[in-house]
Amino acid sequence: MTSLMDHPSRGETIGYSFSQPTAAPVKEHSFYPYTDNGGSTLGITGSDFAILAGDTRSTSGYNINSRMVPKVFKIGGDDETGEGAHILLSVVGFAADGNALKERLDTVVKMYKYQHGKSMSVGACAQRLSTILYQKRFFPYYVHAILAGLDEEGKGALYSYDPVGSYEREQCRAAGAASSLIMPFLDNQVNFKNQYIPGSGEGHALEPKKAEPLPQETVKQLVRDAFTSAVERHIEVGDHLQVMIITKDGVEEVYHPLKKD
Amino acid sequence: MANPFDINGGACVAMVGKDCVAIACDLRLGMQSLTVSNNFPKIFNYAPSTYLGLTGLATDVNTVSDLFRYKVNMYRLREERHIAPQTLANLVSSSLYEKRFGPFFISPVIAGINHTSGKPFICGFDSIGCIDLAKDFIVSGTASDQLFGTCEGLWEPDLSPEDLFETISQALLSGVDRDALSGWGAQVYIIEKDKVTQRLLKGRQD
Repeated sequence: MTSLMDHPSRGETIGYSFSQPTAAPVKEHSFYPYTDNGGSTLGITGSDFAILAGDTRSTSGYNINSRMVPKVFKIGGDDETGEGAHILLSVVGFAADGNALKERLDTVVKMYKYQHGKSMSVGACAQRLSTILYQKRFFPYYVHAILAGLDEEGKGALYSYDPVGSYEREQCRAAGAASSLIMPFLDNQVNFKNQYIPGSGEGHALEPKKAEPLPQETVKQLVRDAFTSAVERHIEVGDHLQVMIITKDGVEEVYHPLKKD
Repeated sequence: MANPFDINGGACVAMVGKDCVAIACDLRLGMQSLTVSNNFPKIFNYAPSTYLGLTGLATDVNTVSDLFRYKVNMYRLREERHIAPQTLANLVSSSLYEKRFGPFFISPVIAGINHTSGKPFICGFDSIGCIDLAKDFIVSGTASDQLFGTCEGLWEPDLSPEDLFETISQALLSGVDRDALSGWGAQVYIIEKDKVTQRLLKGRQD
């Protein structure tokens, strides 16, 4: 409604059609410090080895940043190649945080060796990683980490973490974008969940098939099968499969091709 | 607001074997995290070897299963023959698309053997009737991610009826055990040319 009452008040300029509005519209700025870089990792232990694997695709949204960004690292090695390392770490989630975390843990494990004159045990490293993650409880490293090595008895050891440091030792664990696809497959094929011994009894007397450590060749094949399956149904997983196997003889690293579509 | 597809929970999967097909579902009915029933089958029979699995909002599962019972009965009276799985697939598709802008919150799955050709047939749909024709397997429900993983890992071509039963059962049970909204027992149908075997699986009760 236009009337003589609507004259501009003092301090306000008259609004000609060609004049720019004096007060700029209020703009809200925001900064989100995290990105999801996709990908998946997987760890399985055996009686005298541990395997950590991950795909090498790095994504943001529907874009592929790179086809070769490894997610599995050697921790506490003697040089930049990681020679002499006896602990493995995989990180999936936000790649920048993953790298920062890897660098931090690598430094900590090296400092431990310099100060104590012996290498850090996997159990100690696992507890230390939990502490590092919890120290950033209110601005977390946005990653799902898995730590692997051999325990004091020489058995395969695997520890999995949530982003704020809650952790558990397990026989197998899948993490990342395709973890929901891989994990139930692992339950069935590694821990023999829902499998029973035929003819062992009727109804509730039927005996469940006991989980026991699998031979290295079987585990290697399971890891490759798990990833080829994940690649088929998840767009953030693909390109290459990086597999690290830790035994008493050291760390062996292999790359396998995965589908690039 | 909660996603209507995830309120009641549930899972369904269909697989193709050599001259046979299988379809299986869990038995849970829930309201969010509270389990209300452990006897809510999601597979419905519309002809001697044509089955329809429905997951999603339970009220729509009931409505749609009844709607198709009516439509398939009318088809059988008019045509004086049983409905083929392919025909049911097109009926489901067009019926769902009628509700394009106010859909039923369901993800249907069809499994059957065509009695004219003798060939196995499976397919899936989205909630507005887009048909997903697959040669291997179809998954649906709140455990669909998990089922994709287990099926992709366990399924292989040309399985015998016995091996197909083992494969679909292991895939379903391991899949639903990693989903809080599915499980509490399962129902499996193995469909052969002139034989259908129905089995109840106990599975984890938690």
